Amino acid sequence: MIQLFKDTHIDFIGKKKIFIAVSVALMIAGGISVWLRGFNLGVDFAGGTMAYVRFKQVPPLDQIRKALGEQKDASGKQIIETEKVTIQTISGTGNQLLIRLPQIRGSETQEGGIDAGKRAIIAALTTLNDPSQTGKTDLNSRGVADIRDRLIQLDPLGNRDESLYGRIADRIVDYRDKERSGLIDKVSDVPLDVQGLGDSDRQKLRQALEQNFTAGNFNVGSVEIVGPQVGSELQKRAIYVTLAALVGMLIYIAFRFEWIYGVGAVIAVFHDVMITLGIFSMLQKEISLTVIAALLTLVGYSMNDTIVIFDRIRENLKLRRRDDLIVIVNDSINQTLSRTILTSGLTLLSVISLYLFGGEVLNGFALALLIGIIIGSYSSIGIASPIMIWWKRYQEQQIAAQRAAARASKAKAV
Amino acid sequence: MLFTPGSFVLPPVSKMRKELRRRVIIILAITAIGIYLVFFPHDRRPRLRDLTSWSQIKANIAENIKLGLDLKGGSHLVLWVQTDDAIRTITDNNVLEAEKILKKEGIPFKSVKATGLGQITVEVSDGSRNPDIEEKLRDDFGPGWERTRSDGGAVVFTMKESEMNDIRRTATNQAKTIIENRVNAFGVAEPTIQLHGREQDHQILLQLPGIDDPERVKRTLNAESRLELKEVFGDPHPTKEAAEAARAGDPNKMVIPLKERADAETGQPASTSYIVVAKTPVVSGIDLRGADAVPSQYGGHEYKINFQLKPNGAAKFEQFTSANIGKRLAIVLNDEAKSAPTIQAAISDRGEITGAFTKESAEDLALVLRSGALPAKVVYLEERTVGPSLGADSIRQGVIASIVGLVLVVLCMLIYYRGAGVNATLALIVNLVLLLAGLAMLGAVLTLPGIAGVILTIGMAVDSNVLIFERIREEIRNGKVIVSAVDTGFKRAFLTIIDTHVTTIVSAAFLFVFGTGPIRGFAVTLAIGLIANLFASVYVSRTIFNFILTRSGQRVESLSI
Repeated sequence: MIQLFKDTHIDFIGKKKIFIAVSVALMIAGGISVWLRGFNLGVDFAGGTMAYVRFKQVPPLDQIRKALGEQKDASGKQIIETEKVTIQTISGTGNQLLIRLPQIRGSETQEGGIDAGKRAIIAALTTLNDPSQTGKTDLNSRGVADIRDRLIQLDPLGNRDESLYGRIADRIVDYRDKERSGLIDKVSDVPLDVQGLGDSDRQKLRQALEQNFTAGNFNVGSVEIVGPQVGSELQKRAIYVTLAALVGMLIYIAFRFEWIYGVGAVIAVFHDVMITLGIFSMLQKEISLTVIAALLTLVGYSMNDTIVIFDRIRENLKLRRRDDLIVIVNDSINQTLSRTILTSGLTLLSVISLYLFGGEVLNGFALALLIGIIIGSYSSIGIASPIMIWWKRYQEQQIAAQRAAARASKAKAV
Repeated sequence: MLFTPGSFVLPPVSKMRKELRRRVIIILAITAIGIYLVFFPHDRRPRLRDLTSWSQIKANIAENIKLGLDLKGGSHLVLWVQTDDAIRTITDNNVLEAEKILKKEGIPFKSVKATGLGQITVEVSDGSRNPDIEEKLRDDFGPGWERTRSDGGAVVFTMKESEMNDIRRTATNQAKTIIENRVNAFGVAEPTIQLHGREQDHQILLQLPGIDDPERVKRTLNAESRLELKEVFGDPHPTKEAAEAARAGDPNKMVIPLKERADAETGQPASTSYIVVAKTPVVSGIDLRGADAVPSQYGGHEYKINFQLKPNGAAKFEQFTSANIGKRLAIVLNDEAKSAPTIQAAISDRGEITGAFTKESAEDLALVLRSGALPAKVVYLEERTVGPSLGADSIRQGVIASIVGLVLVVLCMLIYYRGAGVNATLALIVNLVLLLAGLAMLGAVLTLPGIAGVILTIGMAVDSNVLIFERIREEIRNGKVIVSAVDTGFKRAFLTIIDTHVTTIVSAAFLFVFGTGPIRGFAVTLAIGLIANLFASVYVSRTIFNFILTRSGQRVESLSI
């Protein structure tokens, strides 16, 4: 059989100074980054508007910025501060943008409501459409209801058959979303294979479509708008839940092992979460709800390695009472080394697959898990075990001191 | 159990075979049920197409497993009920009532005003009649109010905390019901409408699958619909100031705008004037029995709204109209008069609202009137929409990532553990089938993070197998007999497997509590995957080993691991 880790005898505990040094270095680096640059908080936590937009041809970004700046509200005030807008091209695609607007304080109860930003984006992008087509209804950026109502208003078939127009609108949008990924190329491409349409009807319809509709340049794939109130609420909850999960783990491990095992494990996991957040800050990767979900998953998963090692330590302690603690722990780690590396490696494989192929939305999630699993394995070996040893040593010293004191007083008494 | 840990007395092969057969049957049965739940239609007999047509298989899966908004497309809205409005309305009503009562009883007072949220102040010149004031008003206001001040200048009543909370809670529930009615009228398939967050948040969650442009729905949800029919004093005035002058500060009257539509027939353009109306309406929204949008007689594409009154309201209306023939009546919508026709004859139970309504706006307004007035305004806190094309993209990417992950993991297991790798692969397949079946059976929603949960389950599922296999290898290295090595491997690893699964499931539980929608989908998928893994990696894996060990009928000397 192939065995990668046969009978290793690495002195892990002896190297603990190196481990601690590395951890401290990573934490300091992360800490400095957080202090200087902070986190790149997603709309979930910072509030604001985020839109995924797909284009036939992406307009120059500064044009988009300018068009956004020109959007005004009912009182003529500029809606969007253009410096605070982030426009990002989604990697791997040539034609998708992520447009992000910051939240406007108090915007929930304002005139426009929290979706003022979204409407501003759509209005701005519409101005960048083909100018010869202004005034026509854009099939690519309107919803079914709008298209249907426009058809009813135009009534090209003269029969005021609203359910028929509804079915036509449904077919158009279906074609757009399911067959063309959201962007119709030309109005004439639209299929009109709807029940109840004769050939002459179709002709009239086509004419009406050509004259009154256009296939615009952009399609909004998804929008996330989070009001400021929700944002700060979620921030607090994220912190509470993570702390609660850590406490929950502590209790569970204290219950299954001894409480010092629990403390060691929790410190190790806490360290993992901190370093992962630090790296996110250094890379300025966006922290969204799914990233927090990944971190919480990490809390549970990172315990696994630690538990496996602790399990082995406990088993060996029972079998080899007399051996030195450090030797036992080292042996335990070495014995479980192949298992630790293998499982982390295999989980890592699936997470790497997710990172490379899973798409934009899950990208942050996958990255958090990627970093977390690597750091997690390392911390079970380098952090959790030394803490436990340190404590046990401390305990032994205490017991020895007590014994010495008892003997001394006995001697005195005698 | 024949294979009790530590028993080195091997039972006879025939007994082992019987036990094995029982296990295999159990596993096949459970897996078959799982496959049925996921891949076959539940509401009709299976046909050949269900096995052969790829698109049919996909359709069946989509039928059986609920997809979240982020995969199917739709809108997710969080609304905040402005419950202060409800308290304000009650306070204002009580002020009017208080005035009436004090006047009727002949108790002198300087003024009655709402001086804060849930606070009413009766100003007096001296405190001599205060006990009477207190007695009369306390009867009317009810136990929810208490007198917080009584001296020579004023008597102040304040709403109790408990009463305020009651009102807030009721307002939120009422709003939820009304919103439900309005949403249902749009014919959304399987909408979710529920209270959201803590009780004191007064938030409502709306999930509308298939609606990726929620503009129209949002407008309707938030629409005010206070319809009131009011007495008009005099004729319309051209300016607000003129109308105010005519009102002459009468506290029982108010000035509102009258916006009349352009009349194509008479050639009169749209106009805005101001009228003096009574503060208290003759008939209001509560008296509405129904409202419909119908094409208006002005032709073209214009619509109007016909409304019908309930018997109580109809009686009041008839009484008023018959006593006021020749005077005007204002039809007021949200404090704006839409029309102020002269009363020609007594009308009892119907009326119409005319204006420049399109079919859509007329239908929306009729809907809003029918569903009743919101007790408090509603404001949007969160709005997330996903279009179906993006949703389909996400599904595709998720599936590709899953397959790649699966292939990589299986390859590694086969290379590293050889024959036992096959064992792990089979267990993994059972695991995934049970995971999907669990989702289908529980009606749990699969979201994009949920697909990530499936991928994570793939990686973690093999964790259990690795744990067992490494232990078996160790035991074999230490010279143990194959059968007892397998035995010990499973036994020693079992508790550790439980530990690792429990910690991750606890994490998932916290995630479930913390998250909504997509995150919850992830938590549920992960938890189900882990539970299925317990069955797959321990029971199924063990059975396969047993099968190998008993196959030759004699002691097995070596194991492909």
